[in-house]
Amino acid sequence: MVGRLDQVFREEWGRVLATLIGFLGDFDLAEEAAQEAFAIAADRWSRDGIPGNPRAWLMTTARNHATDLIRRERVRTAKFRLLAADDRAEVPMNTTLFPDERLELIFTCCHPALAVEAQVALTLRTLGGLTTDEIARAFLVPEPTMAQRLVRAKRKIKAAGIPFRVPPAHLLPERLDAVLAVVYLIYNEGYGGRDELAAEAIWLGRALAELLPDDPEVRGLLALMLLLDSRREARFSDGELVLLGDQDPSLWDTEQIAHGRAELDRALAQGGRGPYVLQAAIASLHAEAPCDWAQIAALYGRLGHLTGSPVVELNRAIAVAEAEGPEAGLRIVDQLGLDDFRYLHSTRAELLRRLGRIDEARDAYRRARQLTDDGPERRFLERRLTELAT
Amino acid sequence: MMYVMLIYQGPALERQAALPEEQQKQVYADYQGINQTPGVTPGVPMGLPENATTVRVEGGKTLTTDGPFIGMKEAVGGWFILEADDLDAAIEVAARVPAARYGGAVEIRPSEVYW
Repeated sequence: MVGRLDQVFREEWGRVLATLIGFLGDFDLAEEAAQEAFAIAADRWSRDGIPGNPRAWLMTTARNHATDLIRRERVRTAKFRLLAADDRAEVPMNTTLFPDERLELIFTCCHPALAVEAQVALTLRTLGGLTTDEIARAFLVPEPTMAQRLVRAKRKIKAAGIPFRVPPAHLLPERLDAVLAVVYLIYNEGYGGRDELAAEAIWLGRALAELLPDDPEVRGLLALMLLLDSRREARFSDGELVLLGDQDPSLWDTEQIAHGRAELDRALAQGGRGPYVLQAAIASLHAEAPCDWAQIAALYGRLGHLTGSPVVELNRAIAVAEAEGPEAGLRIVDQLGLDDFRYLHSTRAELLRRLGRIDEARDAYRRARQLTDDGPERRFLERRLTELAT
Repeated sequence: MMYVMLIYQGPALERQAALPEEQQKQVYADYQGINQTPGVTPGVPMGLPENATTVRVEGGKTLTTDGPFIGMKEAVGGWFILEADDLDAAIEVAARVPAARYGGAVEIRPSEVYW
């Protein structure tokens, strides 16, 4: 019962909140009303069971609560300053047909006039339904800091007049890039072992693919996250990092790989050749044993063309090292100006180690360790250094 | 929504002065275009920041200093008022201000009623 309740809440929070924001024109009011409705539901439904149309129930309850809040506010304030939401709340809301305004919501949360950290936090809070405390813990900041970040973001949306809408066609590609970047950023925060963020990002990716079914990059991102995530169990052993070459393929989630590949195929069929589709294609090749490293290197080459990113070039170097030997990979690595990037040094270290240039390898591992925070990645580097000392 | 649009020239004035005459005319035409855009109330033309005087009051005492509050390059160079539907519409107008593309910038401030 509790599991089913959680699932309903999970599915409905973003939708209910989005509709309320669209209807009330106010983030805070909508959030407070939604919270109240969900709290009443948690109490009543666990006793009496879930109603036939939980969304309509939540929406009606939240709306009534919002109307109460507005009335109370009106009585409380001496000045009769009109809230933007005032008139709208008096209009009866059609409680049988709710527009799905989650897209409006995510585009508003990921508006470029908000700082990226604020975009991420707001997206997780409003669409993901994570509590402020959960988001704070996921990003390792104190709860009041995260609460402040959310308050400031919501205040700016209101004060600066950030629109609640899906951007018009001429802005859409750029704005969609920002949305995808936020979702992928959330995924990457989770990649280092914080599973709840990875799962959250995949959930958001699925919702986006459902809302924008014809966009190949949206699908490409979903495919990419599914394929990367399918190897999650194999990437860690007792909390320690395991590199791809050492992973046990029997721990890969084959069902999820199939799911990711199906999404990738659809993206390719839609003509997708963008960065997320290419990365998904690479992740799909990674989930094969043995890997076709030459093809992976070629795909990284195309991705590098598209993005001009030295990080992509570093990844190409790793693939080239696997396909043609460490020397060829090292030649590419040594041309990259990424001195503050820990993976440059860990990659160099690994290639030097394979070439038997132990002293240089040790220096590179030390530099990588210097740039890496505590956690599985750092412990992995420590182990390598210990191995090289003997 | 009412927005106050603050124009920062940065290096834009120098760069515009170095342009061929044809392009300089385009810059003037573009500013005129902004002024004639529906929703825009042009501000009165502002003199150069080096001719500005900054006034502060500390402990009841008026302190007057030569120049803008911050550096010349970072000083506000002009302003106008824009009535627009939302921030996206304001961003589109801001992007048409020549200073924005010659190394300066436009800051968009929602107007506020304080009293």
